[in-house]
Amino acid sequence: MALLALENLHLSFGGVAALAGVSLEINAGDFFAIIGPNGAGKTSIFNCISGIYAPARGRIVFDGRDITRLKPHQRAELRIARTFQNIALFRGMSVLDNVKIGRHVHLRSGVLACGLYYGRAAREEQAHRAIVEREIIDLLELQDIRHKIVGTLPYGQQKRVELARALALDPVLLLLDEPTAGMNAEETEDMVRFILYVARVKRLTVVMIEHDMGVVMDISDRVAVLDFGKKIAEGAPAQVQQDANVIKAYLGEDVEVA
Amino acid sequence: MQSGDFRVTYASDERIFETRLPIVALVGLLAALAFVPLVAGTYWLDVLNRIGIAIIGAIGLNILVGFTGQISIGHAAFLAVGAYSTAIFETKAGLPFWLAIPLAAAVTSVFGLVFGVPALRLKGLYLAIATLAAHFITTYGIIHWERMTNGVLGFNVAPATVFGLPLDSDARIFYLIFALVVPAVFFAKNLFRTRVGRAFIAVRDRDVAASVIGVSLYRYKLLAFVISSFYAGVAGGLMAHHSRIVFPDAFSLLVAIDYLAMIIIGGMGSILGSIYGAAFMTLLPEVLKLSATSLTGVYPNAFGLIASARDIVFGLAIIFFLMYEPQGLARIWMRFRSYWKLWPYAY
Ligand SMILES: Nc1ncnc2c1ncn2[C@@H]1O[C@H](COP(=O)(O)OP(=O)(O)O)[C@@H](O)[C@H]1O
Ligand SMILES: [Mg+2]
Repeated sequence: MALLALENLHLSFGGVAALAGVSLEINAGDFFAIIGPNGAGKTSIFNCISGIYAPARGRIVFDGRDITRLKPHQRAELRIARTFQNIALFRGMSVLDNVKIGRHVHLRSGVLACGLYYGRAAREEQAHRAIVEREIIDLLELQDIRHKIVGTLPYGQQKRVELARALALDPVLLLLDEPTAGMNAEETEDMVRFILYVARVKRLTVVMIEHDMGVVMDISDRVAVLDFGKKIAEGAPAQVQQDANVIKAYLGEDVEVA
Repeated sequence: MQSGDFRVTYASDERIFETRLPIVALVGLLAALAFVPLVAGTYWLDVLNRIGIAIIGAIGLNILVGFTGQISIGHAAFLAVGAYSTAIFETKAGLPFWLAIPLAAAVTSVFGLVFGVPALRLKGLYLAIATLAAHFITTYGIIHWERMTNGVLGFNVAPATVFGLPLDSDARIFYLIFALVVPAVFFAKNLFRTRVGRAFIAVRDRDVAASVIGVSLYRYKLLAFVISSFYAGVAGGLMAHHSRIVFPDAFSLLVAIDYLAMIIIGGMGSILGSIYGAAFMTLLPEVLKLSATSLTGVYPNAFGLIASARDIVFGLAIIFFLMYEPQGLARIWMRFRSYWKLWPYAY
């Protein structure tokens, strides 16, 4: 059974159909890529999965459970994490706090315990701080900037902090919206290395929206191609690359498919 | 491991204070506080008492506005509910102050919860207007529910008594006020180094991202209102015992604006900033009054002139901080401190 199934999703904004009946099945352990021209509806798919948009029609099934009507935070509790195409970090907080808040769903202390900082609240904070440092900060090489305020960091580092925050959730399903967009070659290479590494080590199921064809072809198991809110092709990267519909959809765009 | 970060354990990094010195300074400060009533005259004690109450109220407002980003012009209404509930519990139900104040704070929290509901749908200016409505509804209720509130006349509140000792002087009430200021400060400080406080800030900075990472916006927005109004409830209860009289005009819209000014001038999203702001806003009129008094010999009209100067100075201060120092006095103090830390090598 698929870990995530999108069944016939429809979504529109004032007459513009962002999604016109999209269905996808993503198996556990897959590295799944979604590509397509700008405005094709890729980000809208993520927004439906994470509960920011409610599809007008269709169902989203995660791990055998219909999550179409759940609130975003309830989906986080099911360990679905994501990053945003336009960075959405907590700008006023340090890198460390941004990553720590990624662990929100794993912490249990209530207001009183937190305000008094006694017993469990203190133990919990310290235990999770250690997890964050060991498993996220070190892994993504953020040690040197952990106390910096996020808003002051260069773009590439902010993207990495966003990945760190998503990983802190300890996700089962990780959604990455153009994780290398706007990065130079070196930053892109680092980012891809991090993503591949965590996907393998943590055995994540990853869905990645990506513009860089080279990246997509290199690292994904399966690719779906979206155009005007519809899936026009799906398959192994090499197969999709040859698809006549895909080539046509990309002709107008300045993206190299060959 | 890395250079430039010399802390050995994460636990030490999680402390509120970075070095031992501030803890020593803090204990010293607390001890000094205990001696203040023995040395200070009633004039300054009264000022300090009002600062203490303002600190609690300002922290409450800062938790809601500065830390969680939910604009509120309803703080005076929350203070009023705290003060009136305290007065009613004591004069009508005969409860002692140590039961009446916590109960009043609980009532105020419920009140805050109810008036926080619009925040689930409204943001920014719209939410501000909704809280403004809350203010007027509350004021209306207080004036017209005469059987309970005595209408425009209000209440006289008997002094709180501790083991038969009435807290009827500035010196005695000082201990009650600061016995609540200290835990109020620490509770808030702790809150913002743990999950709950981080969730508040996340809601403020990026609500969509906060919800996607697992923060329930409903829960935390309402929680911010509840905690904020609990603080306001305590501050209101203390106001009732400090001035020993509770009446509607003491909780006008101007009071709500004074509190907003405190957190803007002191520093939005800063606990210490709330303290600086409370002190600043309470001291400024006193300083103006004192200078007026000393000037009347030379210039007989000084008093009237300076009374009207108050609002102008406040207005200018708010505009200055909004434009040039949005992080308030807290930020200025930090810069000053880091300058002296490096002295004499600072340049
Ligand atoms: N919040 C929104 N309001 C209005 N239109 C939107 C909104 N989000 C997406 N759209 C529209 O939906 C379509 C798909 O957008 P999107 O999913 O962001 O595309 P992609 O990520 O593939 O570039 C576009 O036409 C876009 O303008
Ligand atoms: Mg997009």
